[in-house]
Amino acid sequence: MMDRSKPVTKQPSSTTEIPLIVEMRGIVKRFPGVLANDHVNFELKRGEIHGLLGENGAGKSTLMNVLAGLYRQEAGTILVKGEPKVFSSPRDAIKSGIGMVHQHFMLVPSQTVTENILLGLDEPRFIMRLPDYDSKIAELGERFGLKVDPRAKIWQLSVGEQQRVEILKMLYRGVDVLIMDEPTAVLAPQEIEGLFTTLRAMIAQGKSVIFISHKLQEVSAIADRVSVLRRGVATASGVASKGVSRQELARLMVGRDVIFALDKKPCQPGDVVLDVRDIHAENDKGLPALRGLSLNVRAGEIVGVAGVAGNGQSELSQVISGMRECKQGQVLLDGDTVSNHSTLYGIQHGMAYVPEDRTHVGSAPNLSITDNVIMKKYRKPPILKNGLLDMKAATKLANELKQAYDIVVPNVSTPVRLLSGGNLQRVILAREISGLPSFMVAVQPTRGLDVGAIEGVHHLLLTQREAGAAVLLISEELEELLSLSDRVYVIYEGKIMGEVIVGGREQDEALVDTIGQMMTGTPLDQIQKEGVAAHG
Amino acid sequence: MDFTIILQAGIASGTVLLFATIGELFSERAGVLNLGVEGMMLIGAMSAFSATIATGNPWLGVMVAMLFAGLISQIHAFIVITLQADQVVSGLSLTFLGAGISLVLGEGLSKAGTVSLLPNFSIPLLTLIPILGKIFFTNQSVLVYVGYLLVPLSWYYINRTRPGLHLRAVGEYPSAADALGINVFRMRYFYVFVGGMLAGLAGATISLAVSPGWFSELTTGGQGWIAIGLVIFAQWDPIRAAVGAYAFGALRRLILDIQGPLLLLGFNNPFYYNPYLGFFLQMLPYLFTVIVLVIGSREAMRKRIGAPAALGNPYVRGERGK
Repeated sequence: MMDRSKPVTKQPSSTTEIPLIVEMRGIVKRFPGVLANDHVNFELKRGEIHGLLGENGAGKSTLMNVLAGLYRQEAGTILVKGEPKVFSSPRDAIKSGIGMVHQHFMLVPSQTVTENILLGLDEPRFIMRLPDYDSKIAELGERFGLKVDPRAKIWQLSVGEQQRVEILKMLYRGVDVLIMDEPTAVLAPQEIEGLFTTLRAMIAQGKSVIFISHKLQEVSAIADRVSVLRRGVATASGVASKGVSRQELARLMVGRDVIFALDKKPCQPGDVVLDVRDIHAENDKGLPALRGLSLNVRAGEIVGVAGVAGNGQSELSQVISGMRECKQGQVLLDGDTVSNHSTLYGIQHGMAYVPEDRTHVGSAPNLSITDNVIMKKYRKPPILKNGLLDMKAATKLANELKQAYDIVVPNVSTPVRLLSGGNLQRVILAREISGLPSFMVAVQPTRGLDVGAIEGVHHLLLTQREAGAAVLLISEELEELLSLSDRVYVIYEGKIMGEVIVGGREQDEALVDTIGQMMTGTPLDQIQKEGVAAHG
Repeated sequence: MDFTIILQAGIASGTVLLFATIGELFSERAGVLNLGVEGMMLIGAMSAFSATIATGNPWLGVMVAMLFAGLISQIHAFIVITLQADQVVSGLSLTFLGAGISLVLGEGLSKAGTVSLLPNFSIPLLTLIPILGKIFFTNQSVLVYVGYLLVPLSWYYINRTRPGLHLRAVGEYPSAADALGINVFRMRYFYVFVGGMLAGLAGATISLAVSPGWFSELTTGGQGWIAIGLVIFAQWDPIRAAVGAYAFGALRRLILDIQGPLLLLGFNNPFYYNPYLGFFLQMLPYLFTVIVLVIGSREAMRKRIGAPAALGNPYVRGERGK
């Protein structure tokens, strides 16, 4: 299908025989204070999977949002099948055969798969006979290997299935070019394989795919050609993926060689600090989210919780921190029951909490850095003085923390809503860590941060571990879990599927495979029985 | 006491609640909470009565009521959809505005005498059904029959048609609807207008059919608030809304009638001898409304009973990172 033996150079469009379906020339897009795309060129051939690589914030999604009609470029032209096009809405783009599947799905949870796919179409005119459309959609799914029940409501579907609905939505509209924005971020390893099969089926039927990702190995596994963006500039466009090494791609992405392994001292665990015993809890809808979950964390170790999003991770962290009712079972911190107590009770027993939602749970956006860092300390001297707040002492503390945690702002009276994600996370970590916790639960602490900030957060978590604190790290990034954790639990539908020891096996493919199987609901003992993976 | 007569009157009284409830239901399904129902009903009742006195044609009165209330609702629509202000505050002020306008413009109407009312009639064969025929199909106002039609039509429209699908999407997940080319703003304006028109119709139903006349703010007597409570009770479903509206209509009649006779089931009627007990009974529907509103305002509970997910939130287009 593709000539993969070509050398690793930029290929001018004139030398290719396969026609270009999309050509973007000199695209410029600005956001307040950011030049998101700086004269970017991009070319897509018919029938290829084109990987678009770049770090968070490199401008990949922006470029593709321009192509999908969501943003309007300030300069540059878009040609579809050789004709210049101006898109003023996603609808225009779809009419020209270009559809995008966003990272955050745009699906109405209370409606069925079919209803979601029909949404916004001109047909049917008025009366909707759903069964007719159900069978049409089932057929379409069959053709591309996208199995999903058309009558199911979206909220009943797994994230992987929801993604299939999004793809079907675009295929139903007859697009030729499908843009997938970070499609694997929400999937378990086995589901990723399924997605790849679908994408290959699509190109076999003459469609073209743009695959946006920041994960090198995925792009080199699936893409025929690769383009790389760094800080809004294309550092490579359309190089054949077989001819370029991962190291080289990484260098193109970040501009320097990435260190893949962290400097981690061997684990010396102490006593059990956090003991979660058979807890049950409900989610916001009143449906069971945790069903008899048990785990423990000892002093001086980082314990990871792996799992696909929405399997009870949020509820677990909320029950531990005291923000959600525990229906059954208990959470012990140093032998004291902290579940179903106030959050203050947990804090007084040495708990630190780095919540998933940085801007609303982790901080008060309109308050200053000072106000945010004293939130756990104002009840005690030196901040409390004669029953009042001593703002001088508070400012002094905030300045010390700003120094120690490398928070980059002109001064500490800045409202935290103005901080970047990385700086905000440092403010939160500064507050939590400076309370000298014996236990910390961190949920998705690096989500949306750039590489430098991620490194900083990882470093702080490892410092906690070396200081003898127990750390529970809940994350959807398997790589992050493997590089930081000493042990990893895998959560699936509110239960623990099994526990694996990581120490020294960060690069072990069999370990990743075992975790992947647990993430899709196979308990560890069953995996071992079947002898699929060699554990321990 | 003949209960079929009470229920028959209860259905008529419930029709007022039905129109207001279904109207608010459309508005809320599109994601806009409109607490101005009471004000819009007053506008409708006053303008229907006023226009009928002036022209002698009650049908014209109904149309004027729907149009006027619909237009007033667009003030709320502009404030919460375009200006993205708080829906609760704007809705409350719409109630005060509606009450104020109707009291000023309705000054003197209460002494204006009687008007020609909308016709009452029976449905030939259906009256023969034992008990139910008498309650539902005998000597009812034409608007009661309109109400019977409105319920299944609303349900079908919301659940089985393309515009209904779009309506639900706009109330549940407006950015998804917007991404697929649905004009969220226009849809919301439209359904707030529909809500206003139906509230106006509810007002006209009072002043031209159920208890004819204009008695200033006592005309509606807080039924707009009950309608808002009923929407939550109905879990945003027209069929349940109808059940609730008729039940409350019947309850209102029962409470009125129970204070009349000297004997009740062979005993001295305590509600006759002690009018304060009657006042207490009259309070019950509002107590229910308060309880439902309190329950319905809890975020977790709202999710559980199926409130439109975007209810109460202004839609802001193109926020980055969302």
